[in-house]
Amino acid sequence: MTAANHNHYILAFDQASEADFPKMGGKCASLARMIAAGVAVPAGFAVLTDAYAEFLEISGLKSTLGAIIDRIEIGNVADEAMKAAAIREKICSTPLPSHIEAAIRSAYLEMSPSNDLPVAVRSSATAEDLPDASFAGQQDTYLWVTSADDVVKQVRACWASLFNARAISYRAKNNLGQLEVLMSVAVQKMVNAKAAGVAMTLDPINGDRTKIVIDSAFGLGEPVVSGEITPDNFVVEKVMMQVTKRRIAEKDHELVADRALRRTVDRVIEPERRTLPSLSDGEVIEVAKLAKSLERKMGCPQDVEWAIDADLPDGANLVALQSRPETVWSQKKAQAPAKTYAMGIEGVLGTLMSPLSAKN
Amino acid sequence: MTSHMKFPSPYELKAPKGAEGWEELYPYYLLFNDKIRAKEEGKFWFCDSQHWPSPFKPFDTITVEFAVKCLGQYNTRHYLIPPANGVDYRIHNGYCYMSPLAVAPENIAARVPQFMDRAGHYFQNWASLLDNWMVKVKANIADMEAIHFEPLPEVVPVEWVKEGVGLDNTYFMMESYDRAIQLLYKTWQYHFEFLNLGYAAYLDFFGFLKEQFPTIPDQAIAKMVQGVEVDLFRPDDELKKLSKLAVKLGVADALKIGTADEALARVATVAGGKEWLDAWKAAQDPWFNFTSGNGFYSTDKYWIEHLDIPLGYIRDYIAKLEKGETIDRPTEKIAAERDRITAEYAELLSDELRPVFEGKLGLARAVFPYVENHNFYIEHWSMSVFWRKMRELSAILHGQGFFENADDMFFLNRQEVRDALFDYGNAWAVGGEPIGPVYWPEVIAKRKSILATLATQPPQPALNNPPEVITEPFTIMLWGITSESIARWLDGGSDKSKLTGMAASPGIAEGRARVIRSADELDLIQEGEILVAPVTAPSWAPVFGKIRATVTDIGGMMSHAAIVCREYGLPAVTGTGNASSTIKNGQMLRVDGATGEVRIIG
Repeated sequence: MTAANHNHYILAFDQASEADFPKMGGKCASLARMIAAGVAVPAGFAVLTDAYAEFLEISGLKSTLGAIIDRIEIGNVADEAMKAAAIREKICSTPLPSHIEAAIRSAYLEMSPSNDLPVAVRSSATAEDLPDASFAGQQDTYLWVTSADDVVKQVRACWASLFNARAISYRAKNNLGQLEVLMSVAVQKMVNAKAAGVAMTLDPINGDRTKIVIDSAFGLGEPVVSGEITPDNFVVEKVMMQVTKRRIAEKDHELVADRALRRTVDRVIEPERRTLPSLSDGEVIEVAKLAKSLERKMGCPQDVEWAIDADLPDGANLVALQSRPETVWSQKKAQAPAKTYAMGIEGVLGTLMSPLSAKN
Repeated sequence: MTSHMKFPSPYELKAPKGAEGWEELYPYYLLFNDKIRAKEEGKFWFCDSQHWPSPFKPFDTITVEFAVKCLGQYNTRHYLIPPANGVDYRIHNGYCYMSPLAVAPENIAARVPQFMDRAGHYFQNWASLLDNWMVKVKANIADMEAIHFEPLPEVVPVEWVKEGVGLDNTYFMMESYDRAIQLLYKTWQYHFEFLNLGYAAYLDFFGFLKEQFPTIPDQAIAKMVQGVEVDLFRPDDELKKLSKLAVKLGVADALKIGTADEALARVATVAGGKEWLDAWKAAQDPWFNFTSGNGFYSTDKYWIEHLDIPLGYIRDYIAKLEKGETIDRPTEKIAAERDRITAEYAELLSDELRPVFEGKLGLARAVFPYVENHNFYIEHWSMSVFWRKMRELSAILHGQGFFENADDMFFLNRQEVRDALFDYGNAWAVGGEPIGPVYWPEVIAKRKSILATLATQPPQPALNNPPEVITEPFTIMLWGITSESIARWLDGGSDKSKLTGMAASPGIAEGRARVIRSADELDLIQEGEILVAPVTAPSWAPVFGKIRATVTDIGGMMSHAAIVCREYGLPAVTGTGNASSTIKNGQMLRVDGATGEVRIIG
């Protein structure tokens, strides 16, 4: 998309450069990085952290919320939850400063002059996606948002999601300022996914970097990401790009776009389709190639959300939704080699004395 | 005891009805002997239908005898491979069964210094020794080519008399026969001079990678070491060159119909025909010393004697060229792919292990060209000449009334051939009649019937009890037999619609099955079919342009079929044990060359 740089509140993904990343939050920055790397992602823009910061300042929320925050009894779960709800309610009910709201509206209307393009509105926090701080709780995603009014509303809802009880408690325990943590929001064209899921460029079970492991289901990927359904599972050998394992799950529900209702609906899958693979082998390989190229470009193992868009033609219908560094195995120190290897004829001798199958 | 055997005992495994007396076709030392039953049943024997898929004619046992004996000598007596001696072998019901001989554990250590000294010398001087090998093998081939057999003349040449030679023609005929056998013996000694060590070095690299990446596909490792310019593919490349030349010179139409003789005569009459015929002639020596079999059978047909075979392939290539298709092997792509795969795995290794990888890769790549190329020089070229000379001899005895058919000599074993030659020479010398013409036709008729009956019963994959774990390196390296493949053989039959084997060449294909039992049936293959065979030979290469995938009963990652399928980018599943007897012509198959699974889907 070619959205202009409206102001310092809005930045289209394809206009962003490295210097903009801190204000875009992890998710938006990762999308911008993917575009720069030549990966197809759905079009969209970031509502930058400045929009949130100014919203707090100008609306007076900063002091209102500050007062509530000061009274939270940290450690008292019930109190944390109650106050958190109150904070979120305040954020959601406070109007945006008009110039900020106008900026968001015009960015959306530029994508959708007829004011009806379905978009996803997602939080893009500034801390959550750092490789060494994988704490969740700020992953609010609103799908199938189809008007400028609703976009504005859900942007505010994303900001409010900074204040769930777990996040508040985490920040308190780590001496992070509650109101200093900023948030950006991603507004992105919705994918009409016929299949979607997650691809990891290593085997999450054992860290094996020769594998790409793909979870996939029919419809949109959210139920796969959140673990609400058991997805199909594919393992691809990364160098040879061969599907080495397929476990096809019985999938009884799918989250799909309902154009008429303008929302996503959780639909029961007809019995004859439940045990069909959600991806053909060819598509599995395409997803694996996408993940592999992202790993190569980002320089470390990646965790990629992807979708196959039913509206796009075959061969150009695979899009990446987000890619972030894998955090579990990447943290582990490489183990020193357990043994030393003989070379040349000594090596050959060792192999003759103890061939492979004897070691298995 | 036999009732507890996982595979049948050879002593219980009877020949099919009508094949009684088959033992008389083979020498005593190749049979399971009743007097040592307990000993023989104490060993595990696997069937080598990879190299010898059909029952042996008596003469043809020369190939298994020389090959496996020479394989053994290098382990046991040349290099003293510490844990492994040779491989014992027997023939039962016409098929051959192998049993590797391990070195007693207490004797292994003492062999190590000798191995290091002897095999070390070969690894250190591989290139120069291999150059020398090529000289030796070519000289050996030239020596075989120089042998000629002719019917005995009416009288000893007068010059011999006047020069005082003091010998007759039978002496030279017998000498030539013995010499041919000895030269073949040499051929097979040379064959194994490098092969065992080459495989061992490859296996060392293979094992290292399997330790680092336990699930790395075998074919990835094979691709890292495979050569790009391989002599084994030269014959096929020559046909492609000739096809392109025919199109370029405008002589393609003249080649299209009739027998080879007719087509070649027609080409000679058209413009540009002479240039093409010169190229056709030039390609034949040595590259048409190439068989669509595997070189181990007297019935193998070599292009040089059956010009219809290469011409048929040329016709297929011309048709593709005229449709605008490319027929070249994508050598640049193969080289680039090999480099990419190597680089990507190297990248996944730690800095400490990368030099180990590179060292072992270097050695594997140094030895691997022999593993790939020897096949042309031995199984194709040398065997082509040998069989041609033996057919020459058979035709002479046929001409003397010994046999009903020109190629019947191969129903005699090689000692009996010597007897027949003496019989012929003896009668010639005394001025009487040979006994052979009244003796052999009847014997041969009976042997033919026995062999035809034996062929109706496929071999068992193995005999007696397998060891708990296969640790014998040559069983794994040369035959691709592992504990897993034995488990598969034992498990066969639970799900008849699914077969599993080795994932030998990646890719998925669906198509109709074409079951091929011998090279003679190759012309039945239709475009888009899946080739199912007990075993394939690399020289079937030209049909690989027609088929979608290959499934074999026998063979590992390094089997000739696997090498050729990877080369041609076709999915292959090898070592299924019983695909060619389970799958019927025309059944719809789904072959997954990455998982080793074959499904009968319709």
